[in-house]
Amino acid sequence: MHFEYRVQGGDFVRAGQASSQVKKILKQLNVASQIIKRIVVALYEGEVNIVAHAFQGKIYVDIETDKVRVVLDDVGPGIPDIEMAMRPGFSTASPIVREMGFGAGMGLPNIKENTDKMKISSVVGVGTRLEFVVNLKE
Amino acid sequence: MKVKEVVEALNLKVFSGYDGLSNTITGGYTSDLLSDVMGNAPPGAIWITLQTHVNVMAVATLKDLSAVVLVKGLEPEANTIQQSNNEGIPILGTNLQAFEISGLLYNLLNTK
Repeated sequence: MHFEYRVQGGDFVRAGQASSQVKKILKQLNVASQIIKRIVVALYEGEVNIVAHAFQGKIYVDIETDKVRVVLDDVGPGIPDIEMAMRPGFSTASPIVREMGFGAGMGLPNIKENTDKMKISSVVGVGTRLEFVVNLKE
Repeated sequence: MKVKEVVEALNLKVFSGYDGLSNTITGGYTSDLLSDVMGNAPPGAIWITLQTHVNVMAVATLKDLSAVVLVKGLEPEANTIQQSNNEGIPILGTNLQAFEISGLLYNLLNTK
């Protein structure tokens, strides 16, 4: 099953809506709640990253029999140093975004921790692609 | 312990999400960083925070939290209230600060 969602940069009011819809779908498919929790944490962090850092983005979710594959593609500033971005506590979020309780540098580490495979590729000035996979079976 | 029992015991204000007053509280988490709550709050937790914007409800919903407690007399924004009502996750309020209400909740949840 394939699903697509559009995410608007800067639109914090709608941040999390795609994650919420995916959660409902996974529940309907009777995916184990422990697995749903992991996918939802990773997806929400990825969605918020687009809202906080990019101009716009798209989320592609593929639900297969043995895994869920998610691609988050954004048009935005890109990440100059991915290794640095992965470091817990490192963030380039604006002061306003931080005041809202985002931008603590925990997003990408949260994604890594909750997924079975994770890959980031980015071109500065063009955009970023985050891909992750969560296995549905132990 | 039910949300409504905690409301009564600690004299909390109920702003919204009345449908969720019978939610069961299975633990607590105190944090103002949304990713911290996303990553670490246990399901069914009551979340103590000073954040009042609508993303609080997104996190509470995605993490299946039982209720949110706003500290220091803070009030939720209008769209936060709306989302709380939609999702049936109550937003509660106290004039106490986070350390004090966390301590009271900790004792309450661990004596029952």
